[in-house]
Amino acid sequence: MSALIFPRADVPLNDLPALLLPAYGETLTMVGIVMAVVLVIGAPLGVLLHNVAPGGLYERPALHAVLSWIISIGRSLPFLILMAAIVPFTRFITGTNIGIAAAVVPMSLAGIAFFTRIVENSLRSVPPSMVQVARAAGGSNLQIMRTAQFSEAVPAVIGGLTIQVIAMIEYSAIAGTIGAGGIGYVAVTYGYQRFDNTVMLATIVILVVTVALVQIVGDRLVRFTTPQKRLQRA
Amino acid sequence: MISLRHLTKTYGRGHAAVTVLDHLDFEVPTGRIAAVVGPSGAGKSTLAQCINLLERPTSGAVVVNGEELSGLPEKRLREARRRIGTVFQSSSLLSRRTAAENIALPLEYLGVTPGEARARVAELLDRVGLSDKAGHYPFQLSGGQAQRVGIARALALRPSILLADEATSGLDPDTTRSVVGLIRQLRNDLDLTVVFITHEMDTVRQVADTVARLDHGRIVEQGDLVELLTSHDSLLGRSLQPRRGHAGPEAGTRTWYVTYDSTDVPGDWIQRFTGDLGAVVHLLGASVETVHGVNTGSATLGIGADDDARVRGALARYGLSGTPDGGGGSQSHQLLTAAAVLEDVA
Ligand SMILES: Nc1ncnc2c1ncn2[C@@H]1O[C@H](COP(=O)(O)OP(=O)(O)OP(=O)(O)O)[C@@H](O)[C@H]1O
Ligand SMILES: [Mg+2]
Repeated sequence: MSALIFPRADVPLNDLPALLLPAYGETLTMVGIVMAVVLVIGAPLGVLLHNVAPGGLYERPALHAVLSWIISIGRSLPFLILMAAIVPFTRFITGTNIGIAAAVVPMSLAGIAFFTRIVENSLRSVPPSMVQVARAAGGSNLQIMRTAQFSEAVPAVIGGLTIQVIAMIEYSAIAGTIGAGGIGYVAVTYGYQRFDNTVMLATIVILVVTVALVQIVGDRLVRFTTPQKRLQRA
Repeated sequence: MISLRHLTKTYGRGHAAVTVLDHLDFEVPTGRIAAVVGPSGAGKSTLAQCINLLERPTSGAVVVNGEELSGLPEKRLREARRRIGTVFQSSSLLSRRTAAENIALPLEYLGVTPGEARARVAELLDRVGLSDKAGHYPFQLSGGQAQRVGIARALALRPSILLADEATSGLDPDTTRSVVGLIRQLRNDLDLTVVFITHEMDTVRQVADTVARLDHGRIVEQGDLVELLTSHDSLLGRSLQPRRGHAGPEAGTRTWYVTYDSTDVPGDWIQRFTGDLGAVVHLLGASVETVHGVNTGSATLGIGADDDARVRGALARYGLSGTPDGGGGSQSHQLLTAAAVLEDVA
């Protein structure tokens, strides 16, 4: 509040791009790397989780319970806590506990847990009769998972992915506090610690615009992958 | 040819175990269409799933074209399933695939080359009369068209067996008729053995060669459709008859419920019967149709004659059998009984 009432010497407008653009690049890098890891690991994990559940293609209730528990733990810890709790693990993987590399590890873990649930939920919304159809058509389990489960769930997965990307942008800002850089780091050091309203406002605008863009792109993709929505608009 | 021997299917174990199919024996000869009817929960869908081994039977044998399926390992089963086409209840199409892509699904699973698949799909679309709908998505298809796509998909791998579980449920009568017509046509052309599961008796009369009634996990009655329709002492036969309301009797007449009890009831029987009887005969209600070239059905008559034996005799001359309704009370009782029978079977 006091920052709003007593403005200090703010970064001049001319210098803003030099400060914000690299930071924005760092944010995008972090979120990009994390999303790649999350997709590669989370998507198969979500499909697996769905299919070891009772009624799935590889029914293993015990395995499902264990997996589900681990994911729930990953989902239930606030990101800041998770980040702090796994510092030794992060250092073991990346050799450091600051910077982008260090931020990517906890973000990926949280992201995988998040995305696995999204995929599981999306697959659950596909009518089970689709699996029966695919089995009756002579599909192998892999073929069934690809064509009757995942493919049918694609719009729902993309919808979830949109939420996920936005959450990851938020996590990257939190990770900024451990010196991971990015827009969040700038917002905290300039806007919060130095009461620089200009930078604060600029970061807010950048984040709002980014999130809005992600949402628009996500909505477009959902529409594009849903025949009914794609064709009925015309 | 499908042959089920002592087929038992139990879900769950211990106290929670439910035996859905109980040492069931059932046979469908090659090239025949067997309708399976039965009350809800009788195990019809379970029966279908045991035939294409989507569910493994607890015990017993499933023999399809001479091959025993129930003991096969999963991979061999997948191959066996390709020789059995399954038509599901409506809305079983993958929503993000066009009609053509849905039909191509089994071909894709099998690993058929895209060129071959395209040719086969075009042929199948033509067969089910949907060549102009190849690029349509399921939401752009009517219920009947979607079922035709489902049938085409079931036929993609040239199976010798077609399984249909409630394939016409939810379709209007005209659409049902055309889908059923397609199935009979395909049977004739491809010599398919068809198991057609439904709860709609109207549909059974249109599609079936034979009818079996499943109840409490067993086939409790079965027979040739025409024979069942012309033998009214069969519960199944009676429940296959359409029952509609009828007009009330006029003073001085009694209501008779008359059924076609043979395969050669003459078309002008009312006129001849009235002449024979020499009494007044009112037509109060009737439902007559030709099933596989045979006239079947029933009529409700108001007859101004007191001698029951004479009425029966005159009816029997034309292959009919009749039951008089005493008063209004017993008549409504009979209708109630008929309704109960219908409900039981549907
Ligand atoms: N996977 C399952 N696990 C446990 N019980 C089941 C399962 N599938 C079916 N049943 C039970 O088996 C019985 C028969 O079910 P089924 O679906 O075969 O009946 P149906 O004759 O097809 O009925 P409807 O006409 O309503 O479709 C029901 O009591 C049902 O509860
Ligand atoms: Mg059923």
